[in-house]
Amino acid sequence: MPKDHGIGASTKRREDVRFLTGAGNYTDDVNVWGQAYVAFVRSDVAHGTLNGVDTAEAEAMPGVIRVFTGKDFEGVGSIPCGWQITDRHGEPMKEPPHPVLAQGKVRHVGDPIAAVVAESLQEARDAADAVVADISDLPAVVDMKQAVASSDTLVHDDLGTNLCYDWGFVEENREAVDKAIQEAAHVTTLELVNNRLVANPMEPRVAVGDYSRADDMSTLYTTSQNPHVIRLLMGAFVLGIPEHKLRVVAPDVGGGFGTKIFHYAEEAFCTFAARQIKRPVKWTSTRGEAFMSDAHGRDHVTKIELAMDAENNFTALRTETYANMGAYLSTFAPSVPTWLHGTLMAGNYKTPLIYVNVKAVFTNTVPVDAYRGAGRPEATYQLERVIDKAARERGVDPMALRRQNFITEFPYATPVAVEYDTGDYNATLDKLEEIADLAGFDKRRAESEAKGKLRGLGINCYIEACGIAPSNLVGQLGARAGLYESATVRVNATGSISVMTGSHSHGQGHETSFPQVVAEMLGIPEDQVDIVHGDTANTPMGMGTYGSRSIAVGGSAMVRATEKIINKAKKIAAHLMEAAEADIELKDGAFSVAGTDKSVAWGDVCLAAYVPHNYPLEDIEPGLEETAFYDPSNFTYPSGAYCCEVEVDPETGHVTVERFAAADDFGNVINPMIVEGQVHGGVAQGIGQALLENCVYDETGQLLSASYMDYAMPRADNVPMVTVDHSCQTPCTHNPLGVKGCGEAGAIGSPPSVINAVIDALHSGGFTHVTHIDMPATPNRVWAAMQG
Amino acid sequence: MTEVTMTVNGKSVRRAVRGNELLVEFLREQLRLTGTHVGCDTSQCGACCVHVNGELVKACSMFAAEAEGAEVTTIEGVANADGSLNVIQQAFQDHHGLQCGFCTPGMVMSAASLLKENPKPTEAEVRHWLQGNICRCTGYHNIVKAIMAASGQDVATVAAE
Amino acid sequence: MYAFEIERPTSVAEAVTALGTEEAQPLGGGQTLIPTLKQRLAMPSKLVALTAIADMKYVRRDGDTLAIGGGTTHGTVAKEAATHFPGLAGLAARIGDPAVRNRGTIGGSIANNDPSACYPSAALACGATIVTNTREIAADDYFQGMFMTALEEGEIVTEVRFPIPEKSAYMKFEQIASRFPLVGVFVAKYADRVGVGVTGASNDGVFRWSEAEEALAGDFSADAVAGLTAPDASDMISDLHGTGAYRAHLIGVMTKRGVAAAS
Repeated sequence: MPKDHGIGASTKRREDVRFLTGAGNYTDDVNVWGQAYVAFVRSDVAHGTLNGVDTAEAEAMPGVIRVFTGKDFEGVGSIPCGWQITDRHGEPMKEPPHPVLAQGKVRHVGDPIAAVVAESLQEARDAADAVVADISDLPAVVDMKQAVASSDTLVHDDLGTNLCYDWGFVEENREAVDKAIQEAAHVTTLELVNNRLVANPMEPRVAVGDYSRADDMSTLYTTSQNPHVIRLLMGAFVLGIPEHKLRVVAPDVGGGFGTKIFHYAEEAFCTFAARQIKRPVKWTSTRGEAFMSDAHGRDHVTKIELAMDAENNFTALRTETYANMGAYLSTFAPSVPTWLHGTLMAGNYKTPLIYVNVKAVFTNTVPVDAYRGAGRPEATYQLERVIDKAARERGVDPMALRRQNFITEFPYATPVAVEYDTGDYNATLDKLEEIADLAGFDKRRAESEAKGKLRGLGINCYIEACGIAPSNLVGQLGARAGLYESATVRVNATGSISVMTGSHSHGQGHETSFPQVVAEMLGIPEDQVDIVHGDTANTPMGMGTYGSRSIAVGGSAMVRATEKIINKAKKIAAHLMEAAEADIELKDGAFSVAGTDKSVAWGDVCLAAYVPHNYPLEDIEPGLEETAFYDPSNFTYPSGAYCCEVEVDPETGHVTVERFAAADDFGNVINPMIVEGQVHGGVAQGIGQALLENCVYDETGQLLSASYMDYAMPRADNVPMVTVDHSCQTPCTHNPLGVKGCGEAGAIGSPPSVINAVIDALHSGGFTHVTHIDMPATPNRVWAAMQG
Repeated sequence: MTEVTMTVNGKSVRRAVRGNELLVEFLREQLRLTGTHVGCDTSQCGACCVHVNGELVKACSMFAAEAEGAEVTTIEGVANADGSLNVIQQAFQDHHGLQCGFCTPGMVMSAASLLKENPKPTEAEVRHWLQGNICRCTGYHNIVKAIMAASGQDVATVAAE
Repeated sequence: MYAFEIERPTSVAEAVTALGTEEAQPLGGGQTLIPTLKQRLAMPSKLVALTAIADMKYVRRDGDTLAIGGGTTHGTVAKEAATHFPGLAGLAARIGDPAVRNRGTIGGSIANNDPSACYPSAALACGATIVTNTREIAADDYFQGMFMTALEEGEIVTEVRFPIPEKSAYMKFEQIASRFPLVGVFVAKYADRVGVGVTGASNDGVFRWSEAEEALAGDFSADAVAGLTAPDASDMISDLHGTGAYRAHLIGVMTKRGVAAAS
């Protein structure tokens, strides 16, 4: 029987009630009395010299309170980057300034030039139209290889190059890898593009800045995955506001997928402007603005070479990747193609020699940063595609080739600096064969062929490193932040509990799953526990939610704090029952003395802590509230095997996903319903990347896919039901819950199997000249590939 | 400014509106019914779906002035009389048909219109109907399941777990 | 959006008067115009909403002709034309999504003549008559290139009259993002002729594929289309969703499938 409460139960989500009744409180639902409205004037050219901004006409228009330009931000800090990469030669990456409003130059379509603050949004937008930016157009840098090859046009003149860094990993292995590839019996080479994506959470970004003159307090309401990080970055580096005078609130947030991690100019602007005009200032992004101001994702161009011996054992792997940074360095941008990508290139395989080269490039495009999976989808895609290609070249079964090269002994130290603690890749692949009904594929292919369609089967494995991350390790790697997480468990006098967490829920269901853990540990009902999150004023300093870290790191902090609570409560219970602390047991919400029938209820212990009449005051303090900060000792390593079946219409090139199955190893699972939902959503995003989504710039730097009219979001009829399984569980060895994290797996694990399936379908139809199709495999691309 | 009168969730309201005031702006800003959301500017995402005279409409693609005399129902007006979740809302919770919740009000309103027109839709019919409602979180799996369950169908047989 | 006034006349006559104001613009269902206004690509002084004109909402059969009021929504056409003219009902049922179909109107679609709107292909293929408040215009004369029509300033499409074909079908190959047709083909078979209207594909907007019409007039079968040379790719739209060559190819495929599916 599945459990009906606590860890492992599919408890229904309590937050759903407010979302289903329209009672959610998203940032755009926040209205502060007296608020003014912002409209940004954004560059409509990709690159140009900003000679001046004429605001006179706009300032004279009705309702306009003030028009801000880059000049107003002279002396204000630059939007900081949170991660510094050291290149192959030991030099730090190039790190250009990123002003809140453009100064001297505009560097991408959408770069904010000025901001009009007015009494109404209508007036702000009307006046924004009247702001005249004097821009001398410059040629745009769009193609990454050209950007590196030539310094004729520079995104940042002072840097002297468009190359942010040239990273080698592991640099010491470079020669050995070159040699192994040269001497290999067989080398499979693949050049591919990991397409630029736009995260597109359904809630566009919003910022409301407020300022209280009475106590010199600034408050920012913002659509963020990590309010404490925003407070630190914006307060310390941009605006110079100390933490105790700056409160950041991220209320209900309508999806993040990475793009709401970063500190954005609009947040700093609204906070700054509110202090200047002494009124609340509100900005709500339109979807159109989101396309040109939210950090984009992926955008890698890669060449990968896989070397094998005569028996098809992988002997070496070499990759060269161009990674787009866009026009400025977004908060975690430099870490994505390096530490979140290079360290995963071993995948599930015991390839002994690996060398990864990444050239990060500035271009006149929107900044690129983490998007669901961040670096790991790029690693998985190239590796799992090249293995599929190798299997075809060698005439071997792609699953057998993978199994032959699987890592089977743990812990396993990869040649790319990480140590996998646990895993069982054969188990998830076995499970996949079963749940995907691979045995029935030939019959399904015959049915498709009878309808004039080509059917293809694609599989892939994946591994990811998440639960980000050990602070001391990431510090060595260039992170300018710690990556611990925090929790305060506040037991109230009557035994109810508030857990203040530094994690942030924007769809993940923490309000339901976190109480499951605390309730299980204490043996009390889940509804006796509430989660408080999203407000720096009432939660401990935390790093927020991304990198599938909330339960693995935030949950562990909560466990540690709850353990402290239990320890103290046992002391109180021992006192109340006049017994030795060592004899106290906690079970089903009551403390008892081992070997006796003496017992005291949870609520009575809590009451004693706050009404300490009969209480060991000489030994312990009153009250029952504990905080813990948890810093993981390693990443966690979820893994799995995915399978996709597609049908291709040979006359049009149109691809439909007919079946999809995912067998994941997430270690222990807190709420299976929520975990499965995370996989469903991730898979849909992966299918979206593989078949639909593409963020496209033309050679002048104009954004062609600037709305849902041209950027294809997956809709209900683009995706099938997804068969998911997480019964293969090798618990994480180093966190107290044995959990690994599940938020990104679907998006990491699905794109290669989709493309592998498309290639398989084309081969079944005799189109054997097609060895690769870049994502998204749109009808036109597939049809063109078939034409040869 | 033009005066409009309409009935919203059973209550008659009369307000002055700008000519270019969208129905969704009227609902969110004038009536503070913030359950209806705005997720795009090209009439595609469906987060703003409401019912106007019983028909599914994108409130971002209709002017408030055009709703003169209309009966408008928003997500705030669909729960049971006692405040409990209606059949569709309950099915969304039971089948985990929402994550961040932002598209959810539009999904629920759209699902209600579907079931009115087609009380026992197939999986394909549900997916086709939802063309105008984009969700970024759920992959639609559990939304489709929830809608079919709300129609009284046994979802165990139509939807893989 | 820029600021503007809005009026809601209840008769065609009132609407025509209202449209006499300088920079006044008619508003059909608004499903294309409102997003355009949001982008500040139009700056009317006044919008004249046609949605309150009850006399412009109907689907009426008159012998071999189906007359549809200009203010009739796609949703209504999908339902009410189904028994008389299933090909047209099928077209209407696949425009946009359910909410869009509840607002968008045939008159708005025909008046706007978006190069990837669905209705114009049917109007051309069927040789429909576009009826306005002042005159009747043959479809062949009405559509004059992307977003260009024979309409004069202030003229309102009050009705579209379709000769009902023996058999017809609309084949829409969707652009993956907008779901508008990348190529849409309406095939209509009459006793004495066949019409093939193509939307989404050409730089010149909706057009009739006359080679296919001639071939199909003698032999209304998929095979008759198979031998035809595709329309010239250089005349076709080439954008991030499809090259001209791809669109030209799809015209053949969609026509063939339309013939096979016609009912």
